[in-house]
Amino acid sequence: MTTTSVEHEVTYLEAISEALDEEMARDERVFLMGEDIGPYGGAFRITEGFQKKYGEWRVLDTPLSESGFVGAAIGAAMMGMRPVVEMQFADFISCAFDQITEVAAKNHYRWGAAVPMVIRAPFGGGVHGGPFHSECPEGWFFHSPGLKLVAPSTPYDAKGLLKAAIRDNNPVIYFEHKFLYRRVKAILPTEDYIVPIGKADVKRAGRDISVITYAAMVHQALEAAEQLTKEGIELEVVDLRTLVPLDKETIYDSVRKTSKAIVLHEDNKTGGIGAEIAALLAEECFDCLDGPIHRIAAPDTPVPFSTPLEEFFLPKVNDVVAAARKLAAY
Amino acid sequence: MDAVEVAKDVKRADLLQMYYYLRLTRTLEDRITALYRQGRIMGGVYTSSGMEAISVGYASALRPDDIIAPFHRDMGAFLVRGITPGEVVAQYLGKRTGPTRGKDGNVHFGDLKRGIIAFVSHLADNLPVATGVALAFTLRGESRVVVTNTGDGGTSRGDFHEALNFASVRKLPVVFFCNNNQYAYSTPLSLQMAIPNVVDRAKAYAMPGEIVDGNDLAAVYLAARRAIDRARAGEGPTFIECKTMRMHGHSEHDSAKYVPRELFEEWKKKDPILKAEHMLKELGYADETTFKEVEERVKKEVEAGVEFAEQSPLPEGTETLEGVFAAEDEVQS
Repeated sequence: MTTTSVEHEVTYLEAISEALDEEMARDERVFLMGEDIGPYGGAFRITEGFQKKYGEWRVLDTPLSESGFVGAAIGAAMMGMRPVVEMQFADFISCAFDQITEVAAKNHYRWGAAVPMVIRAPFGGGVHGGPFHSECPEGWFFHSPGLKLVAPSTPYDAKGLLKAAIRDNNPVIYFEHKFLYRRVKAILPTEDYIVPIGKADVKRAGRDISVITYAAMVHQALEAAEQLTKEGIELEVVDLRTLVPLDKETIYDSVRKTSKAIVLHEDNKTGGIGAEIAALLAEECFDCLDGPIHRIAAPDTPVPFSTPLEEFFLPKVNDVVAAARKLAAY
Repeated sequence: MDAVEVAKDVKRADLLQMYYYLRLTRTLEDRITALYRQGRIMGGVYTSSGMEAISVGYASALRPDDIIAPFHRDMGAFLVRGITPGEVVAQYLGKRTGPTRGKDGNVHFGDLKRGIIAFVSHLADNLPVATGVALAFTLRGESRVVVTNTGDGGTSRGDFHEALNFASVRKLPVVFFCNNNQYAYSTPLSLQMAIPNVVDRAKAYAMPGEIVDGNDLAAVYLAARRAIDRARAGEGPTFIECKTMRMHGHSEHDSAKYVPRELFEEWKKKDPILKAEHMLKELGYADETTFKEVEERVKKEVEAGVEFAEQSPLPEGTETLEGVFAAEDEVQS
């Protein structure tokens, strides 16, 4: 633990780098694998300079081989290592789907062997990435018991959740939002900290409507809240931070207070995490709801490339504002 | 293999020990098949009958601190690593005393304490996993080795390619076995690949490859030992194709009507137990009396295992919910 370093502002991206660096320095079992993460420093430069500091084997450039290196991470994890693998883009995680859902996720349940590993998955749109560099694939894994899923929205959470993921004894998929990489900044504590997996965070308290969301959409919700406060509508923004295990209590507490809920995510609408949250609210909070549960999500299409198409595709501040006004009328 | 050659390289005690495991494997799997026919087994039965020399051979060439990542025709390797017949039968019966406590069936089990990584039905999935085991050894500077095995069909999967490629690029201490038993379920080798020998695939990775008579215990053992020595010396991975024949259906429900009967007749004569006995006699290491003694011993052990398993409790339904996640304080190997 260090308290000597100087406080400084970091981006979301730098927060991820710091977490990796500090965990590698703290625990020699931690090592990194992925495509172009060595001398090149990764597609987004998150591991820039790491190979110089930690060597060729602890910052291991792999062949173009997602299934291969995720499988290798599982094997190394079972041998007591703490691998962190980087998907260059979360979209490519589909190549490793089988290793993740069949081997990593079921391993402990089947025969008791823990798989402490992290898969970093740069996800999300708004960066003109098109159908193969913008996906939100968390829904696939939300449905696979045995995986933990986290998706931070701020530099503080990005660092704390990555540290917690690396220290966890289970396979954790760490969804880092590309749109936030250089757009959000914060001054972080100088001492070592983690953000516990499984704990949501109320990013803004409000009495009227709960907006349950995560990752980049937290910022859309916060902006909508800022606008609506002028109209006398107070949104409460619940940032899930962890998708599995879901912090149901925080969700229920918020909705029991506000009696109205908007579920907001960037992933496609059908069968998304929002659908599960809406179902949970219908099961557990039906008695206290004063209006219908609203879901705001991307349409059921791949993520399109061209600016007007992508703008149409992504949920926006105005969508939240409009939904909130409608709900406020109940 | 020529008996004189074998005598030069393999100790008598080791050969006799391996012969014992051949018999134990055959007797145990025959007994499980019988239980299946009596309707006493839950789910399918996948045996290694007629192929026992492969997994007994490679597992016998390893050190206790080495790791295996076997597939479903490798019962011999489980037994060599110390899994008991009782545990195996309990696993087949879905009992709580089985290595997966009823969570998974038949040969889907492992135990890190005994250096066994559990098999996943998706063939070749364990090959990348094995490269990661080897990578951990390399990262820590340990002189340990991992051996993994898959079938001829498994080598058609992408994970096979990804694993062999990565292992070769990084010269990892892993040995890839292939049990080429001519059929992947009902699909013959000719529809699985366009090359005459599976080992031809190794060339693409600049990996040394070898074809071995999979029914020749000493040949498998010695090939494994050479490859394991290479891996331990830091010289990288090896691919070993064991030619053999699956002497039954894919699983006990499958009558294997698609296999020409002559093929079974031909391979029956090459039975690994018969071959091993012939060799042991030729070397003067054992005779019919020894074989009879081993037979009696393994029968007793298997019966004790069946009894243990049958008397073991089934899990409670609510245990379904246990173990999805590892606990915070769970100790790693």
